[in-house]
Order: sequence, then C-alpha cells, then structure tokens
Amino acid sequence: MATRHQKTLARLMVAPSVLLLLGWMIVPLAMTLWFSFQSYNLLSPGMEQFIGWTNYKYFLSDPAFWTAMQNTLLLVGGVLVITVGGGILLALLLDQPMFGQGVVRIMVIAPFFIMPTVSALVWKNMFMNPVNGLFAWLAKAVGAQPIDFLAQYPLMSIILIVAWQWLPFATLILLTALQSLDSEQMEAAEMDGAGTWAKFTHLILPHLSRAITVVILIETIFLLSVFAEILVTTNGGPGYQSTNLTYLVYSQALLQFDVGGASAGGIIAVILANIVAIFLMRMIGKTLE
Amino acid sequence: MARKISDTRRWGFTILAWGVAFLIFFPILWTILTSFKSEADAIASPPKFLFFDWTTQNYAEVQSRSPYFRHFMNSVIISVGSTLLGLLIAIPAAWSMAFQPAKRTKDLLMWMLSTKMMPAAGVLIPMYLLFRSWGLLDTRFGITVVLMLINLPIITWMLYTYFREIPSEILEAARMDGASLKNEILHVLTPMAVPGIASTLLLNVILAWNEAFWTLNLTTSKAAPLTTFIASYSSPEGLFYAKLSAASTMAIAPILILGWFSQKQLVRGLTFGAVK
Repeated sequence: MATRHQKTLARLMVAPSVLLLLGWMIVPLAMTLWFSFQSYNLLSPGMEQFIGWTNYKYFLSDPAFWTAMQNTLLLVGGVLVITVGGGILLALLLDQPMFGQGVVRIMVIAPFFIMPTVSALVWKNMFMNPVNGLFAWLAKAVGAQPIDFLAQYPLMSIILIVAWQWLPFATLILLTALQSLDSEQMEAAEMDGAGTWAKFTHLILPHLSRAITVVILIETIFLLSVFAEILVTTNGGPGYQSTNLTYLVYSQALLQFDVGGASAGGIIAVILANIVAIFLMRMIGKTLE
Repeated sequence: MARKISDTRRWGFTILAWGVAFLIFFPILWTILTSFKSEADAIASPPKFLFFDWTTQNYAEVQSRSPYFRHFMNSVIISVGSTLLGLLIAIPAAWSMAFQPAKRTKDLLMWMLSTKMMPAAGVLIPMYLLFRSWGLLDTRFGITVVLMLINLPIITWMLYTYFREIPSEILEAARMDGASLKNEILHVLTPMAVPGIASTLLLNVILAWNEAFWTLNLTTSKAAPLTTFIASYSSPEGLFYAKLSAASTMAIAPILILGWFSQKQLVRGLTFGAVK
C-alpha cells in the first residue's frame, strides 16, 4: 500500500511532463482557434479584428482547399495501399528461409532512416529529372520519351517518394507480427492439406490484421503531415496539383501572411487528424489492459 | 530428396529477396556512389556504375562552400539535446507510472499519446509567432525544446513499457532486505532500467535527427540542422549531383548506422507497444 508520502512523490514525478505537454497542446491550439476567427494579416499589423466564421467560409469555398483536401486523401490513400500491400508481400518474402537474411533486412529497412529532405532531393534530381535522371536514361534506352515526373505527375511522384520511405516501416512491423505466428498452427494447417492461398487467407491474414491496423493508423498520422517532400520537390505545384492540407496552411501563413485564413485551415486539419486518432487510441488502449 | 527441394527453394527465395532488397536500397547506394564521382561522371549518359575515377573531392568542396560542419553539429546538438532533455523529464514520470500506478495512470498515458497526434499544421502559426516575438527563431535552444516536446510522449511511452517489465518482486525483495530507497534505485532498479533507457535514447535521436517539419519552419541558417541545410540544395545547386550526394551521404550515414542497431526498438517505440 502506497503511503501518502509516496503518492505525493509519485505525483511530483509525473507533474513536469504533464504540465509541459498540457502547455504545448493547449496554448498554441487555443491561439490557432482564436486567430481563425480574426482578420489577421502579418503585412498589416495592428488591424486585427474579430470576423466570426468568415475565414472558414473563405477557406472552405476556396477551390485550393478542395484540391488540397483531395490531394491529402490521395497521398494518404496511395501511400497506404502501396506500403501495406507491398509490406505484406515483403514481410512474407523475408520470412522465408534464405541465405543472408540479415543483410537483406538491413537493405530493406534502410530508406526509413533517410531524412525526408535527402530522399526527396535524391529522387527529384537523380532519378526523376527529365534530362539527367536515371529514369530518363532508362526511358531513352528503350526508345521512349523521358517523362518529366514532377511536372507531369507531381502528386503521383510524391506518393512514390513517400511510399519508398514508409515501405520499410510497414514491412518491419508486419514481419515482427508474422514471426510471432505459431508454427505449430501452420504445421497443423499443412497436415490438413491447406494450400498456400488458404493458409494465407485463413491463418496469416487474420493473424496480421492487428498489425495491419496499427500500420495504417500510425502511417496516417504521419502522412497527414507530409511537408518536407513537397517543399523541396514541387513547392505544391504546378498550381495546386501537389499541395496537401499541411502545405496549404504553411503557404497561406508563411508565404501569404494570412494568419487568420491559415488558422482556419489548421483547425480543419486538427479535426481530420482527430478522427483518425480516436481509432488509433482505441487500438493502443487495448494493449494496456 | 526432400533436402534437395528445400535447397532449391532456399536459393529461389534468396535470389528473389536479394533482388527486391537491392532495388529498394538502390537509391541510397546510388547516392553514395555518386558522391565519389566528378560532376561530369555524375550526369554521364549512359550512367557510370562502378567504373569511374573515384574522388573524395566533393566532400572537401561541400565543406568549403558552406559551413557544413556547423550544420552537422547543429543536428547532433539538437537531436541529442532534445532526447536527453526529454529523458530527464520522462524518466521520473514513466518510473512512477510503472511502479506506483494510480487509478488514472492509464488515462494519463493515453492523453499523452493523443498530444502526439495533433497535426503540426494546427499549431504552426502560433509557434512561429511566439518564437518570433521571443526571439527564438533560428536558435538551437528553441528548436531543441520543440523537438523535445513532440517526442516527449514517445519517450514516456517507451520508457513506461520497458519499466513495466521490471518485476516488482525484485523491488519487494530488496525492501525486505532493508535496502533504503536510495540503494533500491541505485543498485536494483537502475541496472535493470538501463537497456530500456538506451533503446529509447537511440530511437529518439534518430527521430529528432530526421525531423523535417519544425526544423524547416523554425530554423534558417545559424541553428539550421542538416534537414534544413540539405533543403537549400533544392535550388539549382541541386543540379550538382556529386556535391548533393556528398552532402546527403554525410547527413544520412551516422543515422543509418544507428538505425540498423535499433530495428527491434523501432517497432516497439513507433507502435507504442502495440506490436512487439
């Protein structure tokens, strides 16, 4: 039984982190909320005034917002499909008997440790560049016209870059989950004459479902905030073709100095993220039981 | 006979897996190779894979054209600093939550986690304005504190999951033997907690090193870590492939090596213990 003294001590030990996180969460969020109801432009300081829902109306009726929303969903969805699908296949492959498994693992995992600005620039210049990129050379080698990826298919190219960064994450987590699969169960299924496909759908996939959910939710949290990859490759362009919600808020605030409008966008981003977060929290909460 | 078939299978999987792994790893390999080329060889068509005049000149030039070393040190200071600061705050909290859980401990942990899910776009503007008025823009201190705050939930969580695995019977046994609280912490708990703390440190240094939202928005030159510095190559300078590659290789090498040591902790830390 904890004594009163111990209880007080325990509280004191927890207090700093709680207070810091509380401040970190509430103060800026409250300010964003406050700004979102203000007419506030950094170029005309001192002219701030309360304007109600106007910022939201402007933001929601701006075609750029809907393009950005669509791009955000495409980016998150596209990367999820590639990384989860590819991750399952890769995890299954890496789980097979082979020579040099350790080295293979290391190579597959590596992209996750590359900082976003580096991977985006390497892909942009050394692979996707229509003149000197490797893809251009490959295209010419087979007699095709080189593609200017970031100008012609900006969003798809960014999806590709981001998926390359996140594929290792999905693979690693799915592989970890796969390795905890009961081998006796697998053997029993084999004895019963279950084919490869039957084993996959009835045994492996159900076993992985939890890990897959975790991958989807965690990646979604990070993918909603993709920023650096867009900044260094396309700057959101051409037009708004590769602008996501995070980038739109950034450009509205720090490039066009419209604090009010950008704040309204920020609040919308928070609401979106919260919807995902609720599901994720439930999943993780179960592990605490 | 059965033995032979499984050998064929094994070789088949080996070739397939190495092929796929090589493709995934190729952009990194290509960057490293290019960093040792002359600028002319770097854009040669057809590309030169291994047979070119190897040179280390790019590495020297990257440093002479820009204070590369300073950005590198900024990265080290910011990532290690924010992690140590985070550990300092999180260790007592995780400790008390693991060993003296209260009724609310679970809720508290979940709430901490929820702060991690707040999108950066939602707080970018106030943070930028606050930093501007406090004179913290482009300072190592400012960015270190922000990175500490965004990683604090992960640090606390990871430590908590590690501490929780320390059997409390050991504590009780030590108490029975009349160990004082100080001795209990120093000689019984600390040795058991060190591996968990080390793993947490490793993973969070990696995360902070690669963080590229706040570093890009809150630093420009003086306090800029490598993420921001490399981003400056997105201008026409980036067309100097060999120099871009040299700068990139130096930026990723340390973390790539650390990362390979931390694969296991990565899964645990990033899934908040949901997948082990």
